[in-house]
Amino acid sequence: MAVSLLEEKLNSKEFVVTAEIGPPKGPDVSEMKKNIELLKGRVDAMNVTDHQSSVMRYPSIGGCLLIKEMGGEPVLQMTTRDRNRIALQAELLFAYSRGIRNVLCLTGDAVEIGDHKEAKPVFDVDSVQLIRMIKTMESGKDFAGNNLNGKVEFFIGASCSPEAHSIKPQLIKFEKKVASGAKFFQTQGIYDVSSLRRFMQFARQFDVKVLAGIIVLFSYRMALYMNENVPGVSVPDEILEELRNTDKTQALKKGVEIAARTIRAIKDENLCDGVHIMAIGREHIIPEVLEASGIQK
Amino acid sequence: MIVAERKPLDEIIGMVRPFKNILILGCGTCVTVCNVGGEREVSLLDAALRVAITKGMLEEKVISQYTVKRQCDKEFLTSLLGKAEEIDAILSLACGVGVQVLADTFSDIPCIPGVNTIFMGAQPEMGVWDERCIGCGDCRLFETLGICPLSRCAKGILNGPCGGSKNGKCEANKDVDCAWLLIYDRLERHGQLEKMRQYYPPRDYGRLRRPKRVTIL
Repeated sequence: MAVSLLEEKLNSKEFVVTAEIGPPKGPDVSEMKKNIELLKGRVDAMNVTDHQSSVMRYPSIGGCLLIKEMGGEPVLQMTTRDRNRIALQAELLFAYSRGIRNVLCLTGDAVEIGDHKEAKPVFDVDSVQLIRMIKTMESGKDFAGNNLNGKVEFFIGASCSPEAHSIKPQLIKFEKKVASGAKFFQTQGIYDVSSLRRFMQFARQFDVKVLAGIIVLFSYRMALYMNENVPGVSVPDEILEELRNTDKTQALKKGVEIAARTIRAIKDENLCDGVHIMAIGREHIIPEVLEASGIQK
Repeated sequence: MIVAERKPLDEIIGMVRPFKNILILGCGTCVTVCNVGGEREVSLLDAALRVAITKGMLEEKVISQYTVKRQCDKEFLTSLLGKAEEIDAILSLACGVGVQVLADTFSDIPCIPGVNTIFMGAQPEMGVWDERCIGCGDCRLFETLGICPLSRCAKGILNGPCGGSKNGKCEANKDVDCAWLLIYDRLERHGQLEKMRQYYPPRDYGRLRRPKRVTIL
């Protein structure tokens, strides 16, 4: 029995598409609602980021509840940067009680790269330990071994970086996440299909679903910035060159084209179970990416 | 080794301003080695305060200087007993431990910290100090072959690298090596990667709860 709609879709062998929703910086959720409305019929699930890049925003759990209320399938992104094991478990109980069934377990970015550089980083547990924490709660116990008045059940996800500079330590971590109970992976952004191919040769040994991360590029400058600053992402020279030679007014179109090309290649080769599209603040262009990829839900 | 750095002169001037007779007290151990609070630095700070007085940034003071072997040990502070009577305040260049032992020993005299204590660390090259231990009370250096992920990984991760390192450097600080890549390399060289494959549960932060006390008889 599938725990969530997302798991059901992944089990059905359908090419699954998830997309990332970035919550607002502030209390006004109208823009986020618009994006949810736009995407809910077009993708299989929507992830809500948890203070991505350590920038304080509207919370992931709030975004997930909105998605749920609006009839969509949310993926709760949960980092261990801002909450200790008590707060994490409490939030999982709350999420479960409100019908949220997909959780993506992340350690989270360093506080230093965000907009509250003076904040105290928590990191009481790491991503692997968070996965185990959920497994423990699924057995009806909390992480300290006390009884809960019921069991929770989640479709547990994790992340990995197929294009990390040092891949071998990442693969060990991937294996640990699988052994701990992760059932699906949404990877960091991928631009080089051959690195995904190599990664999938390894990942296919395990009974887990993999959604390849697709970060839509909007400009040459953004690509350079990502190479310089975004963990685990490397935009190859050919794509940099392609963007550099594109007129600024056409750059977004080019970015959509590159994303769609990558998605098609992944789908045609049946490399993995689907894609996870991250449009970083420009969620409205995701339908264009899907259309250009020939994906219809 | 406890590593510290001198507080900015302006901050020190602000703290000593209300006092007339000031003793600048150095410490002959850790802070001497990291060139922050030994005899030489006491003398430099003395000179800097005198310049500040000459420039009108600070009122006239009677400044004296002295350095003990260790401020964190009451025994070494007894040599100060005779000197303390005329002193209005002690400006200590010892670490936070030293300043507190000093303040407990001379509880009638205000003790002013002249340095910021930063960490326990080592000197990989001349003039550079890196943190190496957080005093967690549960040493795991056996599993990592001598590289501490708590003091050297920005996230203190116990189960392998995050996805954040670039070119072997930490996402939080591009000048710092990713501790987990160092651990991986060392374990691989020793044929002990199984230590990294093992799952490590969360730390018992009860052992880090403050204030800590240990009884060694």
